[in-house]
Amino acid sequence: MLPMKTLMLAAALLVAAALPGHALALSADLVLKLGAGDGDERSEAVRALSATQDPAARTLIEALLAGTVQASASAQKVFVVADGKATDAATGEPVAAVPSDAEDVVVNNRLRRELQTGLAAFALAAPDAGERSRAIAALEQDPQAADEAVVAAAIARETDPGLRARLGLVQAAAALSGADRARRLEAIGRLAESRSPATRLLLLPLVEKNPDGTFREGDAELRAAAKAAIEAIDGRGRAGAIAGSVFSGVSLGSVLLLAALGLAITYGLMGVINMAHGELLMIGAYATWLVQGWFRTHLPGAVDWYLAAAIPVAFASAALVGVAIERTVIRFLYGRPLETLLATFGLSLVLIQLVRTVFGAQNVEVANPSWMSGGIAIASNVTLPWNRLYIIAFSALVVAGVWAILNLTRLGLFVRAVTQNRAMASCVGVPTRRVDTLAFGLGSGVAGLGGCALSQVGNVGPDLGQAFIIDSFMAVVLGGVGQLAGTVVGSLGLGVVSKFLEPISGAVLAKIIVLAMIVLFIQRRPQGLFALKGRSADA
Amino acid sequence: MNALADLVAAPTRLVAPPRPSLFSRTGWAVLAAATAVNCVLVPLAALALPADSPFALSAYWLTLGGRIMCYALAAVALDLVWGYCGVLSLGHGLYFALGGYAMGMYLMRQIGRDGVYGSDLPDFMVFLDWKSLPWFWQGSDSFLWALAMIVLVPGVVAFVFGWFAFRSRVKGVYLSIITQAFTYAAMLLFFRNDTGFGGNNGFTDFKRILGFPIAAIETRVVLFVLTGIALAAGLVACRAIVRSKLGRVVSAIRDAETRVRFTGYDPLPYKLFVWTVSAVLCGIAGALYVPQVGIINPSEMAPAQSIEMVIWVAMGGRGTLAGPVAGAAIVSGAKSYFTAAFPEFWLFFLGALFVAVTLFLPRGVAGLFARRER
Repeated sequence: MLPMKTLMLAAALLVAAALPGHALALSADLVLKLGAGDGDERSEAVRALSATQDPAARTLIEALLAGTVQASASAQKVFVVADGKATDAATGEPVAAVPSDAEDVVVNNRLRRELQTGLAAFALAAPDAGERSRAIAALEQDPQAADEAVVAAAIARETDPGLRARLGLVQAAAALSGADRARRLEAIGRLAESRSPATRLLLLPLVEKNPDGTFREGDAELRAAAKAAIEAIDGRGRAGAIAGSVFSGVSLGSVLLLAALGLAITYGLMGVINMAHGELLMIGAYATWLVQGWFRTHLPGAVDWYLAAAIPVAFASAALVGVAIERTVIRFLYGRPLETLLATFGLSLVLIQLVRTVFGAQNVEVANPSWMSGGIAIASNVTLPWNRLYIIAFSALVVAGVWAILNLTRLGLFVRAVTQNRAMASCVGVPTRRVDTLAFGLGSGVAGLGGCALSQVGNVGPDLGQAFIIDSFMAVVLGGVGQLAGTVVGSLGLGVVSKFLEPISGAVLAKIIVLAMIVLFIQRRPQGLFALKGRSADA
Repeated sequence: MNALADLVAAPTRLVAPPRPSLFSRTGWAVLAAATAVNCVLVPLAALALPADSPFALSAYWLTLGGRIMCYALAAVALDLVWGYCGVLSLGHGLYFALGGYAMGMYLMRQIGRDGVYGSDLPDFMVFLDWKSLPWFWQGSDSFLWALAMIVLVPGVVAFVFGWFAFRSRVKGVYLSIITQAFTYAAMLLFFRNDTGFGGNNGFTDFKRILGFPIAAIETRVVLFVLTGIALAAGLVACRAIVRSKLGRVVSAIRDAETRVRFTGYDPLPYKLFVWTVSAVLCGIAGALYVPQVGIINPSEMAPAQSIEMVIWVAMGGRGTLAGPVAGAAIVSGAKSYFTAAFPEFWLFFLGALFVAVTLFLPRGVAGLFARRER
């Protein structure tokens, strides 16, 4: 049998070489070899078949991968058996009965890889650019498996410049493992242009050492080129990582900002720290969850737009709770900030336990609307999620709204007057008590908005507020009291600095370093970044 | 008019007002009685009485009492800075825990080879695959070293933090928030396994202290008595501080810091002194706490824990020193009861306590008695 097989292999190679790409029916020899040949023959056959770009070949490859191919030694034929019906793999003709000695064609790992590469070659020729892109992505993960001829043909065929560039990289990666020194050198140069982390992994073996200290790659010039290429890739990766850090910093900062904004209003106005502020965030988040639930049961068609209703509901519910807190507790502790702090801490405990009792201690699930999921990729290693982008925009809107209320309305005028000099404002007829209540309601409502936003990026549970309260206090302290701009800069600064420190030092140390920096910063500027100018020594 | 002229003409002689006794006669009597009960009756009740006697003290009550006295000492320490210096610390749990960790390190070393892994290293280090003690564990097998650390670590941390905070004149709610953030950051730090203090499990499974088995009733009695003595001594020391000339300046700083500064005093050393003393007392309380409850972990540094300390002081009456002892006993006693009987209502109760005390009992339980006396 063996010499026979060798002969057939030679014949197959001849056929493959003689008829590249225009065989209309599948060569019976090739098909037979695929079904009954040994390892090398089968690999050759797969390559030859995939080079034909014949749809029938693709069907056969897929059938092999699916394990529905049988081969008969006596009939010297290969059959595809599906749904009890058999067809001759070479001709595509239906066959009445498969010969009795037909056996399943066993696909081992090596063949499976070859088959998948072959399928990828078909996909590379697909008319749909998306499918081609997916095929290229598969090759990028394992460029050594790519067949050079297939890739070269795909490059020649490819019209999309982006895809062609990616194919070029795949080709270079394949050439890297070849033996031709000039081609390897050239391949390294081309890989240096890559943005994909996978190519970096390809280059790494070139500069690594064996355990005995010698380089795995003997050629010094290749080594140097590979090193330069890795540095180039790392440099671009760093730029991407920095952009990513800035973005996640701004994103964290904007969430902090929503939490700190309300705090800045209440603290700036009354000089009291509302320890229950974090729980107002939580109330906003739970309000969002309730609205989502209501939409799911009553307006399932409009679930995607539940946020539009949740925003005012979150604002109103948090504002109501805030007004209630102000009316029942804070009002009576006016002028005793430390006691207010304790009383509001007590309130926060009660609110947490209340939510735990009513809604359970488990986190509840708030889903992103479909228009908020996904993101835009700005680099291979940086994707900006839509929900975070929306939150940044949302907090910008909220800041603008609060600014407008404080600067353009009569209430805002009163609030600013009371913040600057309560006694004088009272003397000229500002109803300070009512301003207190309204401003507290406003600050609480803004916290509710923050909770609504938080529900889109984090877990919603009874402890939600606790995680944010210290950070948002820090933002207020850093920014300076009573200044919108200070709070904005403080929050964003805190967010960006912590996100930059996190990869270097780890999240915990980053928090500690940030805190130490704030304490040191307060040494220099006890009044924060943006201080109100005043004459009071105890300001 | 004449008298006024005489006053103006007379050479100014500044005489310090006569120094009042540290405690009233009743105060001394109560203190002496409590010390006697602590040093004589408690050991008798725990060791000499048969177990079925109605007056016999079981290990449970010894631990509960000892724990509450540790809390009381921490409350006294907190009252020293809050009640007399006007500095509301929301981070005293940190100093409590630091003292506890210093003691815990010694207790971990006392386990010796009796741990699960039978190694010279504490179990958690074996678990982390550490081969030798980190540098900051050197010396922790010596009890004297542990005693020094119990005082020094909280003291130095408080001194450095206080120096930065008070020098920049951070005060009021600002300072409170920063102390809270500080203990929060420390908690995060201690939660890390790499920090070298057992991560979130902390230290536990202690076997002995100074060679004595730690769970034995005799050891518990000794620890209880020592805690009682420490509480009494802390109370006397704090009273001595606030009744001294320094204490008067400290009270003045609380009432009008700017005016004190204009009078020519620099508030920094005064504040720093009471702050550091308070932290050290808290550390001692923590060090006595750990062998009695048998565990120390980073949750002691949680901000909520520190705020609970504040409510002990507020409940008892701040600026009274004795009041916080009662406050700690009432609140933590109530906590022991509530968390066992109605666990889900404890936070409601605690929260309501915060609001009620600040709204209706601004002078705490001590204020109730003061009013009745009048």
